[in-house]
Amino acid sequence: MSEPSLEVLGLSYVYPDGHQALHDVDLHVHHGERVALLGPNGAGKTTLLLHLNGIFRPAAGTVRVAGLDITDESLMEVRRRVGIVFQDPDDQLFMPTVGQDVAFGPANFGVEGEELDRRVTEALGAVSMVDALERAPHHLSYGERRRVAIATVLAMRPEILVLDEPTSNLDPASRRELIDVLRGLPITQLLVTHDLPFALELCPRALVMDEGRIVAGDATVEILSDEALMKTHRLELPYRFDPRELGS
Amino acid sequence: MKVVALLTFVLAAVAIPREAFWAHALAGSLLLGVILLAELPAGFVARRMVVEIPILVFAVLLPFFGRGETTEILGVDLSVEGLWGAWTILAKATLGVGASIVVSATSTVPDLIRALGRLHVPKVITAIAGFMVRYLDIVAGEFSRRRVAMASRGYEPRWLWQGGPLAQSAGSLFIRSFERGERVHQAMVARGFAGRIPVYGDEKATPRQWLVGMIVPGATVILALLAVTVLH
Repeated sequence: MSEPSLEVLGLSYVYPDGHQALHDVDLHVHHGERVALLGPNGAGKTTLLLHLNGIFRPAAGTVRVAGLDITDESLMEVRRRVGIVFQDPDDQLFMPTVGQDVAFGPANFGVEGEELDRRVTEALGAVSMVDALERAPHHLSYGERRRVAIATVLAMRPEILVLDEPTSNLDPASRRELIDVLRGLPITQLLVTHDLPFALELCPRALVMDEGRIVAGDATVEILSDEALMKTHRLELPYRFDPRELGS
Repeated sequence: MKVVALLTFVLAAVAIPREAFWAHALAGSLLLGVILLAELPAGFVARRMVVEIPILVFAVLLPFFGRGETTEILGVDLSVEGLWGAWTILAKATLGVGASIVVSATSTVPDLIRALGRLHVPKVITAIAGFMVRYLDIVAGEFSRRRVAMASRGYEPRWLWQGGPLAQSAGSLFIRSFERGERVHQAMVARGFAGRIPVYGDEKATPRQWLVGMIVPGATVILALLAVTVLH
């Protein structure tokens, strides 16, 4: 098989207060794959995510992005390759206008002039938000802000897109728009979520994380159908939801 | 360009000697012309002129407390120096505030911040201003949601000594904003931030725009020079 887009081996992390957030985490995502990372609150998902582009450095283990180890020298390139969309779009969108915010990433990597303009329109186009170019982020709806947040990392042309709880706080219509946008993006994706129907709809494969460990990894429909596993790790499907009906 | 024009106009207006009433009147009518040209509603301009009131109050008091030679107007002894002072403050403040209103009403905040950046205001300052504009809404929104939540549980402070919970809330809001700052920083670092905020969407004013924009400030400068030469 080809070089995985993302490869994590034996990753452990201890917070300065002594709390061990990650224990020996192994995971890989192959090029073009869309993988869900499921788990209850406090499972260590966000901590794991901050390791993927070197914001946190592992106490033990390695993270490799398209074959590149995270070192001081490779840090910037790793950050370009891994596009992380954070949970709260208000944390992600910090520039005065949408256009400036989308340009922030590629400009940091030295893209400028017409190429930068092209990146901005291309990224906003991919999430159907080109009209928002000159608008201020705080004048957009929550769903629009989420889509712009995705555009801000798409503009860096990353190898893999990592989204932290992308459906949180979205109304059903915005959630649907988001699903359509993600489905249309021809890019490797790791979706961290506890919206299980969302994971089932988009991701053929899923990993379950709990207490800092990867406890299961299988086809999403198999995982969601495993009642014992689901119950042990505090995962719950919506009332009367049958994954086998949808997932097959 | 607008920022330079504004600064030139204000400096010129300040430089007009106080005895030259006609020059003030002309500068005022130039400004009025610009306001009309920009099609700013009168009510809008009037509401914004309100910021001038504290200055005007001070100006009105001056003739009563001024020293030196006095003159009698309507049976009240007023200081001549004070009257001059009041007139100067009134005239210059009105011209300055009026011009600022025109510029702020016809520019967006991001444009103004970019303009300051172009005029070599340090990047750190423009970045802070940008962040402030961006997050003021969010912090204010959070604060008002807390007030609603407090009011919903029967907390309606009327006196200063009842303000404890509000102050505590402000404290925790500070911590939360600080934590948000940390998350924003992480998000910036994740997109390759290395200490320098790139400039984007910055358009240079064309020579034509400069020409048009500097007409009124230029005219005011000439007015000021004229007034100075006529009086001396």
